Amino acid sequence: MLNIPCPWCGPRDETEFHYGQEAGVAYPENRDEISDELWAKFVFYRANPKGWHAERWVHSAGCRRWFNVWRNTINHEFGESYKPFEPQPKSPA
Amino acid sequence: MSKVTFKFDGKKYKGKAGESLATALLRNEVLHFTDSAYRDRPRGVIGLGHEEPNALVYVDSGAGEPMIPATVVPVVEGLVARSLSGAGYLPDTRDHSRYDKKYKHVDVVVVGAGIAGLKAALENAKVGKDVVICDEQDRPGGHLVHLGQEVPAELLAVLNLPNVTYLPRTIVNGLYDQGYSVAIERRTDHETSKVSKQKARIRTWHFRAQQTILATGAYQRHLVFANNDLPGIMLSHSAATYVARDGVDVFKSAVVITVDNQGYRDAIRLHNAGVQVNAVVDCRQSASGPAVDAVRAAGIEILFGKTAIDACAKKKKGTVKCVNVGNLDGTESACIDADLVAVSGGWTPTVHLATYIGVKPKWAPELAAFVLPAATKWLSSVGMVAGDFGGDDSPAIFFGPAQTEEQALSAYVDFQRDATLRDVRRAIKAGMQSIEHVKRYTAIGTAHDQGKTSGTITMGLIGAALGKAPDEIGSLTFRSPFVGIPFAALAGRERGQVADPVRRTPIHALHEGAKAPMEDVGQWKRPWYFPNGKEKLHDAVLRECAAVREGVGVMDASTLGKIDIQGPDAAEFLDRIYTNMFSSLKVGASRYGFMCGVDGMVFDDGVTTRLGENHFLMTTTTGGAAKVLDWLEEWLYTEWPDLKVYCTSVTEHISTVAIVGPKSRNLIAKLSPTLDVSNEAFGFMENKYADVAGIPARIARISFSGELAYEINVEAWYGAHIWESVMREGKEFGITPYGTETMHVLRAEKGYVILGQDTDGTQTPMDLGMDWIVSKKKDFIGKRSFTRSDTARAGRHQLVGFMPVDGQVVIPEGAYVINAADAAKPAPVAHTGYVTSSYMSAALGRSFAMGMLANGAARHGEQVAIPFGGKVIMAQVTEPLFFDKENTRRDG
Ligand SMILES: [Zn+2]
Repeated sequence: MLNIPCPWCGPRDETEFHYGQEAGVAYPENRDEISDELWAKFVFYRANPKGWHAERWVHSAGCRRWFNVWRNTINHEFGESYKPFEPQPKSPA
Repeated sequence: MSKVTFKFDGKKYKGKAGESLATALLRNEVLHFTDSAYRDRPRGVIGLGHEEPNALVYVDSGAGEPMIPATVVPVVEGLVARSLSGAGYLPDTRDHSRYDKKYKHVDVVVVGAGIAGLKAALENAKVGKDVVICDEQDRPGGHLVHLGQEVPAELLAVLNLPNVTYLPRTIVNGLYDQGYSVAIERRTDHETSKVSKQKARIRTWHFRAQQTILATGAYQRHLVFANNDLPGIMLSHSAATYVARDGVDVFKSAVVITVDNQGYRDAIRLHNAGVQVNAVVDCRQSASGPAVDAVRAAGIEILFGKTAIDACAKKKKGTVKCVNVGNLDGTESACIDADLVAVSGGWTPTVHLATYIGVKPKWAPELAAFVLPAATKWLSSVGMVAGDFGGDDSPAIFFGPAQTEEQALSAYVDFQRDATLRDVRRAIKAGMQSIEHVKRYTAIGTAHDQGKTSGTITMGLIGAALGKAPDEIGSLTFRSPFVGIPFAALAGRERGQVADPVRRTPIHALHEGAKAPMEDVGQWKRPWYFPNGKEKLHDAVLRECAAVREGVGVMDASTLGKIDIQGPDAAEFLDRIYTNMFSSLKVGASRYGFMCGVDGMVFDDGVTTRLGENHFLMTTTTGGAAKVLDWLEEWLYTEWPDLKVYCTSVTEHISTVAIVGPKSRNLIAKLSPTLDVSNEAFGFMENKYADVAGIPARIARISFSGELAYEINVEAWYGAHIWESVMREGKEFGITPYGTETMHVLRAEKGYVILGQDTDGTQTPMDLGMDWIVSKKKDFIGKRSFTRSDTARAGRHQLVGFMPVDGQVVIPEGAYVINAADAAKPAPVAHTGYVTSSYMSAALGRSFAMGMLANGAARHGEQVAIPFGGKVIMAQVTEPLFFDKENTRRDG
């Protein structure tokens, strides 16, 4: 079971969290103007790296707040977590 | 140790309390334990602990065990066990034992209380760390316990330190990321006196440790030669321990077959215990060391450069009679008599736990073993598992002699799976070169023992056949659990009624009193129907439906998800969430809304009421409440932090009793005398505050059946009072309680969809024929997706009605729909749609159904076919609206 660092509550067991999606994927501002292709990129396309991945999680059985965190998809190691709208820290790689 | 009586396979035996069942049976001259699972080969015990592949038993006594090696079953008075041929079975009696769980955050978990583990524990305890030591044996010492030797006092002292927890009979069964491990502590099975019912039989420990240290030791391997599975052929360390430590004296003579110096040490133990050792057969060309010298001094013959080629069985008993010894290429062999053949095939470090989290063991040729690599951030290893064998073993990399095809057929690699050298050869001939493929082809390593003794052998044999080192054909990977455990241990106290939370409405007890069968909706219990006496579902639903359409029915709608939404931007927020407009909603009014994902697909629906300028009450589907709240909060937190909106789950704060049907107006007037119930004063989708049966209530004119209806919302704890009042005051109008089934039929007659039943996350509002719910004036989540080429294309699957030509036939829900022209063609034919809801209707006097159909909106009137169970049901496509098409009933 993962031990996930909530930026508000500290490290807690995975059972308290729900995974959201890749962090930092912006909801396009000019939705009516962008091409179908760009919109589809937002709706359907997400990074799937082998290695460090910035992710969005919610501490649903804790403070119920959303946050972002770096996670290594190879060994599940966690890097820094950061709050929504905080600048993304550099990849630990 | 006191003498006790136990039963095995129906026969009574005497044993010593606390010793293993395997020891006790060997002492009683039981060498042939069981027959193998697939080939009925006689088998005996070969190991000492959980590595044992043969001697599986079912335990009848105590709490019982469906399948466990006899090597780990403690003998107690009254033990009853029987042999198993490879497969266990669940007892049909109820297990009344208690099981519990414990969670512990700790600095260090040490797995294994052998010398290496105790040393590691002491080092950490000395610097003040909290240490837990888990060990599978009943006393500390690991290997020393097998040798019957005492642990040095200064090491033993670690167990008494206040910051050290020592857990004997405890197996660490799983290791997970970031220092999480799960251990199984067996606390009562070994106890000889009566056990308190309060004491948990098994405790499951969950550790989160800063450091985990594996001191798991190693298991001995066997060698692969013909008939190597005969009873009486054992791992040498196990055999020597049974004989020398436990005083098992059934073996008069022995031959030791070895690849390392361990065989010599075991030969001396056997010799000293009075067994006549006829030879030590060593595949190496020479050997040296204290054990070798001791064997020489004892006058035991040593045969170098030779190994076991085959073995013969005693005619009657089936146990080993002699071993055929020859050159490694199989030539020049001759038999040596022995009733014990003790095999030392090298050590296999117990690396399992580390491989669970992806650590790849590395091949150490000088040890002929896979060992764990250097430490990671939180995981390290000590002792044999780390490659510290501490002795002078200098093993040969040797797994068995050359064998003919005939010999290979009985040269067993995995005893439990009855997999032989011939099976491995066939896998290689079929082109397989990786252990992962061979494992799946031969089933080696997939039995209860997970190849504890056979894994490395298999890799060695494949490597030898391909001219490669064992680590060149893959790596050992195992899966937790390390040993089999009862499900009850994992469940702990969360069994039966408390296995999963059950949610009941405040009215639940009255439904039970009315003998309504319950339907599970998520964790909720909802009345399914309310039978009149012995009435069955079908008749009850027809009666309930008719009562609602002609008189008045009552339903408990308290389970609907409810989210209280407040804040100055609440209206703007709902406009962005719902496909339709909510900012235009008047205070006191309700509106039905759809939510879509960014992909434009409908994912939840419900009625939302504006309670105040900045205050809304949203209802969701019963099963979707938590998901919707998460969805709302995700957008507020991650995209729209500028919106001042707060969402709170209030599902359980409110009881909702819906009274439905043409006579519901008379009933609400009677229950709430101050309320103006006229259609002019209290219109559809409006809310009024008034006392109902003396209780302050919000009454909503909302209908999910097309009938005139009132929903009475009160503080949750008044729910039962309202229900009772409705039943009492409604008697004169023929009040009829109804359940979820009738609700489903009534809504389907009106073509109202149930999200999750009629939809599966691939429907837009337009696919459901509900273009009217999509606002053209504003943006909302999912809108942009409606103009994507696939979402906008003609001919998508659209919601339609299906009227069976034979109105007595109810189409099975989930059935596929095909074109009528394809009905006579042989299968397979392409489908053109599917049925999502299907019922018998009292109001229509016939059956009807809804579902999705390709280009369905344009196919009304067409005939389609529904093949099911060898028959074909013909049906006509209609609009998805079956009753009261003009909507004349909702105002009464
Ligand atoms: Zn938190």
